Amino acid sequence: MNFLKRFCRNRGAVLGLVILLAVVAFALLAPSLYPSSPWRMVGRPFMAPFALERFPLGTDTLGRDIAAGMVHGARVSLMIGVVSTIVSLLIGVPLGAIAGYAGGFVDDALMRFTEFFQTIPSFALAIVLVAILQPQLGSIVLAIGVVSWPPVARLVRGEVLSLRTREYVQAAVTIGQSTPRIIFSQVLPNTVAPIIVMGSLMIGSAILLESALSFLGLGDPNLMSWGYMVGAGRTRLLDAWWISFFPGFAIFLTVLALNLAGEGLNDALNPRLARGRE
Amino acid sequence: MNVISQETPPVLSIEKLTLALPALADRAHAVEGVTLAIAPGETLCVVGESGSGKSMIAHAVMGLLPKAVKPAGGAIRLAGRDLLSLDEPAMQDVRGREIGMIFQEPMTSLNPVMRVADQIIETFEAHGLHGASERRARAVALLTEVGLPDPPRLAKAYPHELSGGQRQRVMIAMALALEPKLLIADEPTTALDVTTQAQILKLLDNLRHKHGTAVLFITHDMGVVAEIADRIAVLEKGVLVEEGTADQVLGAPRHAYTQKLLAAVPSLVPPMRPALPESPPVLSVEGLGKIYRKRSFFGTAREVRAAEDISFSLVRGETLGLVGESGSGKSTVGRCCLRLIEPNSGRIVLSGQGSGDLVLSDLGPTALRQHRKRIQMVFQDPFASLNPRQTVGRIISDGPVAHGVARVTALMKARELLELVGLSANAVDRYPHEFSGGQRQRIGIARALALEPDVLVADEAVSALDVSVQAQILSLIKDIQSRLGLAILFVTHDLRVAAQICDRIAVMQRGRIVETGPTAALFAAPQHEYTRQLLAAVPGGGRFGH
Repeated sequence: MNFLKRFCRNRGAVLGLVILLAVVAFALLAPSLYPSSPWRMVGRPFMAPFALERFPLGTDTLGRDIAAGMVHGARVSLMIGVVSTIVSLLIGVPLGAIAGYAGGFVDDALMRFTEFFQTIPSFALAIVLVAILQPQLGSIVLAIGVVSWPPVARLVRGEVLSLRTREYVQAAVTIGQSTPRIIFSQVLPNTVAPIIVMGSLMIGSAILLESALSFLGLGDPNLMSWGYMVGAGRTRLLDAWWISFFPGFAIFLTVLALNLAGEGLNDALNPRLARGRE
Repeated sequence: MNVISQETPPVLSIEKLTLALPALADRAHAVEGVTLAIAPGETLCVVGESGSGKSMIAHAVMGLLPKAVKPAGGAIRLAGRDLLSLDEPAMQDVRGREIGMIFQEPMTSLNPVMRVADQIIETFEAHGLHGASERRARAVALLTEVGLPDPPRLAKAYPHELSGGQRQRVMIAMALALEPKLLIADEPTTALDVTTQAQILKLLDNLRHKHGTAVLFITHDMGVVAEIADRIAVLEKGVLVEEGTADQVLGAPRHAYTQKLLAAVPSLVPPMRPALPESPPVLSVEGLGKIYRKRSFFGTAREVRAAEDISFSLVRGETLGLVGESGSGKSTVGRCCLRLIEPNSGRIVLSGQGSGDLVLSDLGPTALRQHRKRIQMVFQDPFASLNPRQTVGRIISDGPVAHGVARVTALMKARELLELVGLSANAVDRYPHEFSGGQRQRIGIARALALEPDVLVADEAVSALDVSVQAQILSLIKDIQSRLGLAILFVTHDLRVAAQICDRIAVMQRGRIVETGPTAALFAAPQHEYTRQLLAAVPGGGRFGH
């Protein structure tokens, strides 16, 4: 297939995809790899990695298995990343499409509304939202979604602005198609490629945002997450580096992989731009 | 045309040039084994349809080939030196000093944030010639030479302050700044209006006589060729099929492809047309006006009167041509008739058989959508007018479906329509990118016909097509009109096309209709001064007119 071939031409993208698949596999296999709760204290605290075969990545300050936390944390990070990106797409795409297609006053009003969100520091807003709504899975997803939709709306608006003057959209007007139908069948399908690329990059930043929230102790208290693990181990960074290092490294690898894969998607979906880069 | 002795060594000689295309292209070579030579002071026109590789030759000479295209053989000798073997710094020195180039788009080939004179001075700077004050003096002298009004003032202008023709003159001044031996002009007049085109062609011709510059002129327009060429080379799919003096090639073409190209050029003499039977008008437009207002925060908004007091009517089976140059408002009028653009004033009345009068201009949004099917449009750009993500069947059947027809029935109809416009019925399952420009335009026509309209508005419907394809589409439109009795409003800038297809013609200038009349009478005895100018400016009038 042509798309796959173009994607594979970007070595970094393939590497990213492989890392990503590994993380997804760990996340899916978590219940069978470590059936018991990652919160359970299973050994002595502060055991170094590889000191005991049972705990390849060591144990933390309370004697919890870090490997178990990592695998279960992958589930949480990925899920929050994906779901909150979907939330922000659900807000951003319709807003951008309406603003771009309607133009005039509607466009002005919606864009000022978007700018209102862009002028507030997004991390501060996310903290406030989570603090007000109680730290739970739902409120974290909502907070991340609410702070990350403005770039989506801007992107979609720009695409729609240029697409709506295309002759095939005008042709759809002359044959009497209704406006919602024109937006859904003529305009939006042609914006899918940039939205997919942006979405894949946004998953990465959503994971970062979630990690930062749980690092500050605003994560869901029932879910083990990478950010929480880094935060919990930070006071013992010098004498028990592994407690913070492994989850931190996992965050780094996953976000890097998402960015690499996103860039590869971009090349594969816009073959003309990719060729120009060579 | 001047006679050049064959003994003078050529300025440029291209020997067996072959350019390889990347592996996935539709043919192996962009051009194959092309041999050409241009003597000093001579104009060689390279003609061919889109995709013939004519522009690739120009880019190869300039050393500006796209990365994917590689020279695979042959030589390009400029005054004896092989350009293909030069490295990039040496080639940079050749560009400008020895070869000047004029591009197609005067809008995009000048830097919008630099004053005109500074862009010419850049050419001197790049080659380290002259002192600062002399550079400026020369820039003004060049602007004078290319016939720009008030050169000292114009030298300080920015490109957006100039018209298209003026910008192209600036480009010519830049190309000639270092008195190159060779000037390459790649479709330099294609984006210009006919009257401007005539002036630019004349300027180019004068300058090369004065300076003895050889000109390599790339074009697809046989009319332009007839105006300017000493010798002509015809390219078909990258292969040189015929070369000779202008009189030979245009007067007695030997190769079948050249004959086909020449035969496809529409004549300026309108064919005889049977008179239409008296009938009430299908579409009548009265006092249509459209003013574009630019929104601005401060001060008064700028107004452009794109259409003013436009009135005309169309009867069943009639074609009215709306001709004029760019900015004359002809497309605005066409789009106002469909209310794709909302007119500011005037009445648009549709009256079909038995359906009574319908004042289109008074309808609200919902009623308008229901009645839109009675007037349909064929668009200019066959590549932009079809949604790339929908199948052809979907594209054609969407119209009837929007008006309550079941998808299955509409698809059956789409198959019939595809056969009516000369495509095979199984095209319904394919996507637009699988078709050529002419085939796409046929699909666009089928989409318009799917709603069984009374009136068709064709907005430059054949302007983006090669001449041979253009002729096919024109005869298709005529054929469909006689079968279905459509009234057609044909918007075009091309008087040749208008002469061939229109029953009546309305000439527009600055938003107003200045003259209307039956085609034959208007071409034989134009009444308005502007119509006379337009007719005189049609390129190749002398050769192809009669």
